[in-house]
Amino acid sequence: MTHFLLLTAIYFVVLLGITKPLGSYMARLFSGQRTFLHPLLRPVERGVYRLTGVEEHAEQRWTEYTLALLAFSAAGFVCAFAIQLLQGHLPWNPMGFGTAHKPAGAIPVTPDLAFNSAISFVTNTNWQAYSGENTVSYFTQMTAFTVQNFVSAASGVAMAMVLIRGFARRESKTVGNFWVDLTRATVYLLLPLAFFAALLLASQGVIQNLRPSVVARTLEGSIQIIPQGPVASQEAIKMLGTNGGGFFNANSAHPFENPTPLSNFVEMLLIFSIPAGLTYTFGRDVGDTRQGWALFAAMSILFLVGAGVLFHYEQRGNPLLTQLGLQARAAPGQPGGNMEGKETRFGIADSALFATITTDASCGAVNAAHDSLTPLGGLVPLVNMELGEVVFGGVGAGLLGMLLFAILAVFIAGLMVGRTPEYLGKKIERREVQLAMIALIATAASMLVFTAVASVAQFRQGGYWNPPGAATANLTNGGPHGFTELLYAYSSTSENNGSAFAGLNADTPYYNFTTAGAMLIGRFAFLIPLLAVGGSLASKKRLAITSGTLPTSGPLFVGLLIGTILLVGALTFFPALSLGPVAEHYLMQAGHVF
Amino acid sequence: MIAVMTVLTGLIYPLLLTGLCQAIFHARTDGSLIRRNGVIVGSRLIGQAFSEPQYFQSRPSAAGSGAGYDPTDSTGSNLGPTNAQLIRRVRAAVAAFRRANPNYRGRIPADLVTASGSGLDPDLSPDAALAQVPRVAAARHLSEARVRALVLSHVEGRQWNLFGEPRVNVLELNLALEDASSGK
Repeated sequence: MTHFLLLTAIYFVVLLGITKPLGSYMARLFSGQRTFLHPLLRPVERGVYRLTGVEEHAEQRWTEYTLALLAFSAAGFVCAFAIQLLQGHLPWNPMGFGTAHKPAGAIPVTPDLAFNSAISFVTNTNWQAYSGENTVSYFTQMTAFTVQNFVSAASGVAMAMVLIRGFARRESKTVGNFWVDLTRATVYLLLPLAFFAALLLASQGVIQNLRPSVVARTLEGSIQIIPQGPVASQEAIKMLGTNGGGFFNANSAHPFENPTPLSNFVEMLLIFSIPAGLTYTFGRDVGDTRQGWALFAAMSILFLVGAGVLFHYEQRGNPLLTQLGLQARAAPGQPGGNMEGKETRFGIADSALFATITTDASCGAVNAAHDSLTPLGGLVPLVNMELGEVVFGGVGAGLLGMLLFAILAVFIAGLMVGRTPEYLGKKIERREVQLAMIALIATAASMLVFTAVASVAQFRQGGYWNPPGAATANLTNGGPHGFTELLYAYSSTSENNGSAFAGLNADTPYYNFTTAGAMLIGRFAFLIPLLAVGGSLASKKRLAITSGTLPTSGPLFVGLLIGTILLVGALTFFPALSLGPVAEHYLMQAGHVF
Repeated sequence: MIAVMTVLTGLIYPLLLTGLCQAIFHARTDGSLIRRNGVIVGSRLIGQAFSEPQYFQSRPSAAGSGAGYDPTDSTGSNLGPTNAQLIRRVRAAVAAFRRANPNYRGRIPADLVTASGSGLDPDLSPDAALAQVPRVAAARHLSEARVRALVLSHVEGRQWNLFGEPRVNVLELNLALEDASSGK
């Protein structure tokens, strides 16, 4: 308990410390001012513009901006899809995946799997239907997965800038230039931070090489094949870009991805750094930093409550195992609690904090098996995703989601007092609220409808769509926990998180295509309406603040905002959550097993 | 644009890092491998399965089939808290531990009979290692005090006194044990 509180406190203080400097840096960067990295990186930025023919000072309307984003995502998808299917003919494939010399346990990249993984990386979800160490070559990891880790995150930051500019600009037809925002986010923000973070991770033992697997002869004389690869470079951007797709199947629980408690801390910090910084960027750009801190405060409260609940239930342990003689209480020489699915070096506290952070943000990296969390411990990541990943959230997408709720909050407040709502001097009218609701309903419907269909869908056993037969035949766990596996899968993909209750065997055409569909809805049906809101707001006048304006930087607004988020979440997901984790909790207390 | 970004972030960035990491960190970037008499016996970061009584045993592992600890198939068990298979597996592990360590009376350290998230966990909690001392000492004809001291000398505390949990690296402990046995 003391360790958990201390760890969380240190984490929070460090996060608070980097928010302002990083936020100011991003504000300067995206408004075209010089930063301290310009002497070094300006030639790179200019080189990119020269090679691609981008006109640096040309501005785009929100529609042009969106089309550029869609075109770029489509091109990224084609590349990632093709590279996976052709990896057998491409270099840096020492294990021979996709060739006749592939190792015995290799899993083939089928077109549906390549489709799913390509969508997964382009949408910043990084759902893992693939299993890194026995499916994917180093070339694919670097040029398909690492590249999308960078550019899908850079696209996220770019989209957040559209909405920020929507509030900051007055009577403007344009919202910036996608190509310029994308390039600046990649060159000045993601590359330097990822480079530095990768060195830090490598100092802790994260591997970085292009060698084939190593054969070891163990102490008891058996053979152990130890995979290698360029992991540190992938790991750093995987966390920083809130991507989360692991180099290895076990993701950040794998000792080569996350070898020490310090690397674990660094990885957790990387996840929240840009999303937290963006709240400050937002405040600065709209001319009142308190507005940004108000969002930061609402996020912090939801974050700390979630982490506390998750830790509490994991430390309490699984009563069904405690009665077999296991120790649940932490002691100086052991972590106690529910250790199934957790690593010894992380114990309960460092695992609980990680699980909260990765699902508050749309990261989806995991350092413990979420499927083996206690029912109410596992409820926290599920709820974090279903609330829309607005607690710091994904790079860019998190701020967009939080501003969506801010718009709804002032709208509800406006209804209560009978005034046209305003936020930051911009009138929130029918069009903005309609667009916000489209974004909200599209993702909620995706989560619930896909889950409901998978609960009942039947397929021919041994057929193409789902060889195990019924869609529920792919579950590892029975009873309410099996339902939670499905709900988690579609919540995770619809919110572009990518973590899993991994007992669901999702590498069949049915699951590859439906989760890909959920990822596309979660990215584009959620973000395009918000880009439209940005375009619409940018064209509006900025009204003067009067005595009748709802102040949006104080505790009242923070409370209203949290209330709106919880209300929308509870109304939408309470029935599904009751059928899954809540039912399982009470059945577990009563001693039922499945 | 995608081609330029691929060269920048997919080739220049990882290859530059590969060169730099190899130059600065050497062995660590190759997986912290441990060699004995020129033969690679494993990695200090990757756990191994130990079944013989004279070795400290690792946690159960779901990676690969059989004894687990197959690094080409890293995974947790993914069994949920109310899964009957989980309860059966832990009950069997508890019974096996009690049989092999009849002198141990306390509650079982939770990590000792549960599977890790990666299936490759290289560590045990100090209590989970200490619980095996009498068995290991008897199998090796070493004094319990000596084996216990060996375990305690291999305990790594929380990193910087702040992060993570105290732990014992099982492979390193067993290698030290081999040295102690051969040098006695």
